[in-house]
Amino acid sequence: MLLITCPWCGPRDETEYHYGGQAHLPYPHAPADLDDRQWAEYVFYRDNTKGPFAERWMHSTGCRRWFNVLRDTVTNDVLAVYRLDEPRPELPQAGGNR
Amino acid sequence: MRAAAVSGSRGVTLAEWPFITMVNLRVDPASEAADRIEKALGAPLPRQCGHIAASGPRTVVWLGPDEWLVLSQAEGTAVAAELRNALAGAPGSIVDVSANRTTLELSGPAARQVLEKGCPLDLHPRAFGPGQAVSTTVGPVAVLLWQVDDAPTYRLFPRSSFADYLARWLIDAMSEYRGPEVP
Repeated sequence: MLLITCPWCGPRDETEYHYGGQAHLPYPHAPADLDDRQWAEYVFYRDNTKGPFAERWMHSTGCRRWFNVLRDTVTNDVLAVYRLDEPRPELPQAGGNR
Repeated sequence: MRAAAVSGSRGVTLAEWPFITMVNLRVDPASEAADRIEKALGAPLPRQCGHIAASGPRTVVWLGPDEWLVLSQAEGTAVAAELRNALAGAPGSIVDVSANRTTLELSGPAARQVLEKGCPLDLHPRAFGPGQAVSTTVGPVAVLLWQVDDAPTYRLFPRSSFADYLARWLIDAMSEYRGPEVP
């Protein structure tokens, strides 16, 4: 069970949240110019990071707000939590001592 | 519900308080409209998770950074109309959601133990106390949970369609306190 700290509500169990997939995927600037392959990559292709991974979560049974979580996909540690209008925080030792 | 009541040192009772007026309020807390609404309510809007503000017969509960639930005994249309006048067309919304949730009151020395069977929140007095209200889950049901006093008395606000299930869940969880404590 993950313990995720909602930026507005504080630490709550994972069961109160919904997962929203990879974060920081901007909508295409000129969507009309995209071909099928580029659309498929925008819609379906996601990173499969080993290590710190930025992803979106929503506190669905709490304040119902979206926010970003930096989670280590190897250890499942929640490394940072930040709001959608904040940039991805720099980790002092990204990758750590593995 | 009444038949499920347990008395004594491990007592716990469950009751429903139907038809409480609830108005959902959304407004930017930094706006002038929020100031006008605070004047109309007679209390500042709570700005932090868990906080509530009481003003006479009304209670304002924090739901989100720009969302509150106003609980009142007055008629729903009157409360909503008053708040809508205070909003005066500024960006925001005021919706009478009285039919959205019902109110279950769980009270007695064992009430916290009953809730702890299915609530992921830390309900120990060091972390949660009277005058706090948060959205969370009890069993599989999403509720707004408000601790009213030290008895402890909790008020649970589940969505109407989950209320029957939640009441049965609580009655089942309460039944063990009828017997003697297992060491």
